[in-house]
Amino acid sequence: MELARHWRQRNARYRLEGSRHRSDGTIAFPPREGNEWEPYVLSGQGELLTYAVVHQAPSGHEGEVPYMVAIVQLVEGPRITAQLTDCDASEVTIGMAVEMTTRLLGDTGADGLLLYGYKFRPVL
Amino acid sequence: MMRPVYIAGTGLTAVGELWERTALSLATEALRAAMTASPQQPIGALYVANALGAALGQQSNLAPAIAAAVGLQGCETLTIDAGGAAGGLAIRQAMLAVASGAYDAVAVVGVEKVSDVLDERREAALALTTDGDWEGLHGVTLTSQWAMLMRKYMHDYAVASADFAAFPVNAHANAVANRHALYRFAITPDKVKNAGMVADPLSLLDCATVADGAAAVIISAQPHTSTVRAVRIAGSGVASDAIALHERADMLDLAAVRLATTRALHQANLTINDVQALDMTDPHAICAVLTLEALGYTPRGTATTLGASGAISANGTVPLALTGGCKARGDVVGALGVYQIVELTAQLRGTAANQVANATVALATCSAGLASTAVTHVLVAE
Repeated sequence: MELARHWRQRNARYRLEGSRHRSDGTIAFPPREGNEWEPYVLSGQGELLTYAVVHQAPSGHEGEVPYMVAIVQLVEGPRITAQLTDCDASEVTIGMAVEMTTRLLGDTGADGLLLYGYKFRPVL
Repeated sequence: MMRPVYIAGTGLTAVGELWERTALSLATEALRAAMTASPQQPIGALYVANALGAALGQQSNLAPAIAAAVGLQGCETLTIDAGGAAGGLAIRQAMLAVASGAYDAVAVVGVEKVSDVLDERREAALALTTDGDWEGLHGVTLTSQWAMLMRKYMHDYAVASADFAAFPVNAHANAVANRHALYRFAITPDKVKNAGMVADPLSLLDCATVADGAAAVIISAQPHTSTVRAVRIAGSGVASDAIALHERADMLDLAAVRLATTRALHQANLTINDVQALDMTDPHAICAVLTLEALGYTPRGTATTLGASGAISANGTVPLALTGGCKARGDVVGALGVYQIVELTAQLRGTAANQVANATVALATCSAGLASTAVTHVLVAE
């Protein structure tokens, strides 16, 4: 079921909520724990650092192949790993501008838990 | 002051899709061979490296079963599941236990049994060494992460995908002579180029096959007593890095490999230029390229030239994948670090299939995931 595992990440998954350091202003994602950090919602804007096209998927993603995974440099500073969506591999280049969009990430199976969260797409 | 530690006996099984064998049966075969090769060793502990037994839902805490099967029931046991670094970590723990005087001899066995499940489950089990919530959840595989590094490397250094082909070609060429290798046939650069994609830009023939196998070593305060050359563990180093690629400031620097190797060479009082035989975690050419750069063989962005020049071939200046490497010997994941010690001990004793002439210093480095943990050992023939 793993309901709590996904529920506790809801702010990060649904609205890209990370953390801002209270004294030096550093922005972090995933969110950090501790009194020196406060919640901070990132813009979802970034630039593609690198990507790959997955043809041999792990369990749970078999039905999605081929799909693209990427590392995105977010404008606030942190980097993030996520899937690329709404584009074809032939249109993708390192350095292109991308933005966050909320999509279905997976389905935990018979218990019916649908996992939503961030993917990235070319800036519209 | 710690005392010297030696490789007293070794054993291994063939690497392959061994349908009739269990993990226990493979581990027992390798360990019995190592024990037979080094009789009279007072083995006080058994350390087992096994990355995927628990992840595939087959067996956790495998070590007590292996101990009982080889007559070591009652001894201290430890099972290590640190991904592709497990074998190196087991060797290190055994070395520390013997060096400290806790035991006079420790048995190490690395074993992997992966052929019982289909590709998707194996990919998922391997991907457990990525950051679960922030990488794995998004469908990332280890292969796709290496592919992302390869694409970034090609972009940053203006290197073509064809420039990587010499590495799998060399691995296959070397495996022909290795009787325990998975793939004992040669391939051509054209075949690498034209193979289907596993994780674009990584083609099938630049991707190692994960396979079954076991290797064992008896680590002792006493060198082997027979006529074979004594092999000492002269240096050992371990280092870690951020588990998530996106948390690393410089993704193309395998910092854990660099640090572990620096530590091991420092302990051995040697430099990388003293190393004559080498083995590494090399499931893709990009891993070998980044590892060569982390080890200091070439400046950043230039290691593919060692493939083009033939330096990596068995008779070159930096021979790689002498047994076929992960690509053609087969990727035995948690067992790799133990296979490396068995294979490099053969190099130092002058009995290896692709023998480096007069080799006296060997270096093994293995790592978990995208080198979030790396382990390096330096062996010296005395």
